[in-house]
Amino acid sequence: MIFSNPEIWALTLSMAIPLALPAVGGTFSERTGVVNIAMEGIMLIGAFFGVAFSYWTGSAWIGLLAAIICGALTALALAWGAIHVSADQTVLGMGINVFAAGLTTFLLNTLFGYSGTPVNTPKLPSFSIPGLDAIPYIGIIFRNQSVLMYIGIVLVFLAHWFLFSTRIGLRMRSVGENPLAADTLGIPVWRLRYFGVVLSGVFSAIGGAYLSIGILNGFTSNMTSGRGYIALAAMIFGKWTPLGSFGAALIFGFSTALGIVLQGHGVSSNILQMIPYALTILALTGLIGRSTPPAADGIPYEPRR
Amino acid sequence: MENVLEVIDLKKWFPGVKANDGVNLSVRSGEVHAILGENGAGKSTLMKVIYGLLEPTAGEIRLFGEPVHFRSPRDAIRAGIGMVHQHFMLIPAFTVAENVVLGDEPGGVRFRRREASRLVRQLSERYGLAVDPDAKVGDLTVGLQQRVEILKAFYRKARVLILDEPTALLTPQETRELFRIIRALKEDGVPVIFISHKLDEVLEVSDRVTVMRQGKTVETLETKGATPQMLANLMVGREVVLRVEKPPLQAGEPVLQVRDLRVRSADRHERVKGVNLEVRRGEILGIAGIDGNGQFEFADAIAGLLRAESGEIRLEGRDITHLSPARRTELGIAYVPQDRQLDGLVLSFDLADNLILRDFRRPPFSRRGILNRRAAESQAEQLIQTFDVRPPDFRRRASELSGGNQQKVILAREVSRDPVLLIAAQPTRGLDVGAIEGVHRQLVRLRNEGRAVLLISLELDEILSLSDRIAVMHDGDIVGIVRGEEATREMLGLMMTGQRRKEGTA
Repeated sequence: MIFSNPEIWALTLSMAIPLALPAVGGTFSERTGVVNIAMEGIMLIGAFFGVAFSYWTGSAWIGLLAAIICGALTALALAWGAIHVSADQTVLGMGINVFAAGLTTFLLNTLFGYSGTPVNTPKLPSFSIPGLDAIPYIGIIFRNQSVLMYIGIVLVFLAHWFLFSTRIGLRMRSVGENPLAADTLGIPVWRLRYFGVVLSGVFSAIGGAYLSIGILNGFTSNMTSGRGYIALAAMIFGKWTPLGSFGAALIFGFSTALGIVLQGHGVSSNILQMIPYALTILALTGLIGRSTPPAADGIPYEPRR
Repeated sequence: MENVLEVIDLKKWFPGVKANDGVNLSVRSGEVHAILGENGAGKSTLMKVIYGLLEPTAGEIRLFGEPVHFRSPRDAIRAGIGMVHQHFMLIPAFTVAENVVLGDEPGGVRFRRREASRLVRQLSERYGLAVDPDAKVGDLTVGLQQRVEILKAFYRKARVLILDEPTALLTPQETRELFRIIRALKEDGVPVIFISHKLDEVLEVSDRVTVMRQGKTVETLETKGATPQMLANLMVGREVVLRVEKPPLQAGEPVLQVRDLRVRSADRHERVKGVNLEVRRGEILGIAGIDGNGQFEFADAIAGLLRAESGEIRLEGRDITHLSPARRTELGIAYVPQDRQLDGLVLSFDLADNLILRDFRRPPFSRRGILNRRAAESQAEQLIQTFDVRPPDFRRRASELSGGNQQKVILAREVSRDPVLLIAAQPTRGLDVGAIEGVHRQLVRLRNEGRAVLLISLELDEILSLSDRIAVMHDGDIVGIVRGEEATREMLGLMMTGQRRKEGTA
């Protein structure tokens, strides 16, 4: 039986992380009131520049840092368009996705040629957690995983605490619910929205780097293959909370893992790939616990003077 | 006595509009000071200037004797001004405590939620504003939400409280409760500025009243010596007819007959529980009652917007119980719904389109499914003139009009169709004295022409001054029907709480 094979649970977790991180990022953006569907594009940017800088500098950690900076800059462009010039946020996000797909493929081919990124690119270390990895059956979950997976799990919990238990988290959420009310109370609406969107860039880029220098050590064209969109679904399914997004990412990660394990068992993995989207539609229509976005999500705010 | 707030010769001009053009105001400590004026008289502009949302063109504002220049609401709040806006500035998804402390939360990096609850509970006990700090604001009634707004002001140490049209959205009970709070604050020494266009409320709650008209303050007077007629004349700038003149008229045969009607509201609660009622030709039948007793579901059921669970509705003898709203419209039912912006108009349509919403299916407004814009425009031109809609331009969107003019558009559309029955639900809600007079005149004109009018209102004075017969509704049923000339406020008030009265000759 496949479920008694602990491999599938380890695979679930490592498939969930690159969904959970951009989902948490999206949560930050949308909680402050900016609709963000650009996670896919930002992940690609993070994945590519992570590999590129890792190869050029010989340090995967500098690669990760570069991925974060490039992701943040891309998000900054989205933030400027959405906040400063009140452009349509869906169109902006879509534009970034298309742009990032083209840019990373172009740079891959021009900088590294058609043979792809060099095989000797350094990757981030993987390790086991001593003690936890010795637990029978579930120990495999903590055996030889990428350091980014552990960091990712910590980041998810940290993000949840930050958004729901700190003063700045409360203010960020107020800006996404009723910016006018927040403004009259002296809360800087634009600054917090920029902050939320840039955070979403940072998280998405780490998610992208996880794929390219966390579990692999190379970049291929369009290597995120729609994970940014599944992350969007995870964010909605998780009711715009980091922990909820993580839970949804685990469910979606499980269906991906199942797809991998079932290959060769005669089950179409295409069917399993549908699951995240089907669940999201059900969540939005209220069949599995209603999911309502922040009240001012997607609505630009013009301060009056 | 010390002046808390002084406004000296304040002017605020917009391109083409002098919204405030010479406002003088002085509020003394420990008084409730009303600012009375029609919609568009400049009350809101004045408040926005005082609150730092707008910069004055000229003039001076002094707070506790010191001249102040606010650049933003933040400055005003810091100086001790608390403002409760007509449309609340609350976050429904947050708790009461979170709403109150937002922007000035207890804690360092961490938000100390329990401490916030404690502070808010303390504050609500201190000012007698009972509300659960941990309740979600979206779950609260409008009256309680208003308390949260008042708490927000006091949390920021407000020394003067400004209430902008605070009763506009409240039920009569909630209004009474608000007045109790205002009086308690006054005892406490907190000056309250009360902005309103409702005469009776101003007379009831204020110590002094400043009347505004066309951007200017006209006069400040002691409320004790003022009469409604006096204030209405000052507000409008001419002699206003407060009491509607109504020639005696013999009501004819019944137009609307309702038997044992039961209706469930959209949330599946039974709201109308077996109502029997007749409305006759040439009469205004008023339905009085406290909000939420089924009167608006009753109106919706007759217009066909809610399904009748059981019972029967007849119009001129014909059974219409199961007809669609469109068919009922064709048979001569006109409906002025309670919420004019939600149900009465399509706000993003222009006036010409709004005026044919009922008849666009028929020639001359459309033929074979193709609209005839020219017919709509010529009809609009004529109605706008007859009903004195301002600005007189059918290309304006409905959203650009004031509340009074929006209501004129709805009335024009409904009345011009020669209805046999007009249902008017809260037709003057939120309107100023001049506009109310106009609406009332239309209702009486219809009655005099021999049509039937069903008037549903929460304002007892309106019911009393217009109705030939008054039916009182309580808990989904008619408690009793009295003749208009025999009815008194006290009698109706008692019946509205559910006390039955032997049915008279009515």
